[in-house]
Amino acid sequence: MVLECKHVWKQISNYIDGSVPLELRDSIETHLANCRHCAAVLDSTRNILVLVADERTFEIPVGYSERLHARLQEEMGV
Amino acid sequence: MTTPESISPAVPQEPRDARDRDLIARILGGERELFHDLVRPYEKSVYFAAYSLLQNEQDAEDVAQEAVLRALKHLHTFRAEAKFSTWLVSIALNEARGRLRHNRLIDFESVDEVREEESGDFTPAVISDWREVPSDALERKELRELLRSAIAKLPEIYREVLVLRDVQEFNIAETAAALGLTEGVVKTRLLRARLMMQKELAPKLNTGRSGLLSLFRLQTRGSWF
Repeated sequence: MVLECKHVWKQISNYIDGSVPLELRDSIETHLANCRHCAAVLDSTRNILVLVADERTFEIPVGYSERLHARLQEEMGV
Repeated sequence: MTTPESISPAVPQEPRDARDRDLIARILGGERELFHDLVRPYEKSVYFAAYSLLQNEQDAEDVAQEAVLRALKHLHTFRAEAKFSTWLVSIALNEARGRLRHNRLIDFESVDEVREEESGDFTPAVISDWREVPSDALERKELRELLRSAIAKLPEIYREVLVLRDVQEFNIAETAAALGLTEGVVKTRLLRARLMMQKELAPKLNTGRSGLLSLFRLQTRGSWF
């Protein structure tokens, strides 16, 4: 199966998640090996997702957990 | 380069599900203090779910507290075949939506407008090469703000999926359960959310002369530090 770039873009999220069927995965990888643009799109998307998932990107407010459990304790009336 | 496994949940789900079932049975049996232990692994997810919609720290914390209290009050209605984590997060999302409506920040018309975008075509930023941005570059405030800003710009229906799947690292089934969507819809929205993030961020993060962060690199002799 020969894929165009737009077909690879449509599958890129499932490909990152490892959830494309084997045959399609092979076709995507053949395309990626020959298309520097799609390879760069894949690498940049993966890189951005790693940065987004890093716990430094989004921080919980200081004292959030303590306030939450204090409120819970108050509600439970203990 | 990362692998698909690197963005999967870090904690095995099965032992946690069994632990939750055991705790819930004991709480409903009278050991109410154990509710603290039940929610502790998920309290960050509750906050981020609320924040994904509200985009305000104080509102998100208020809603997270309300959601946890509501979960305590209605724990007897929790169905054992569901996951406690997704049930709790879905309560937080509903609370957050209620607050948004109350604040008149959104209305049903605006939600419908966003839903229509689902039929649109989404393309990435086409670049010819990519120089990896290391995670340690997150020590830079500018990079953290750039990422947060890109997520904040996403339409709500894409933002909530991206935050649950890629920030909180829920799997597809858990994301679908928490949002009350089918897995197919989650995958479609996730694709679009991820491509929107790439389109917004890749040109700014890349090594091109016009890239915003290349300015920082130049200031530090081509390094992120």
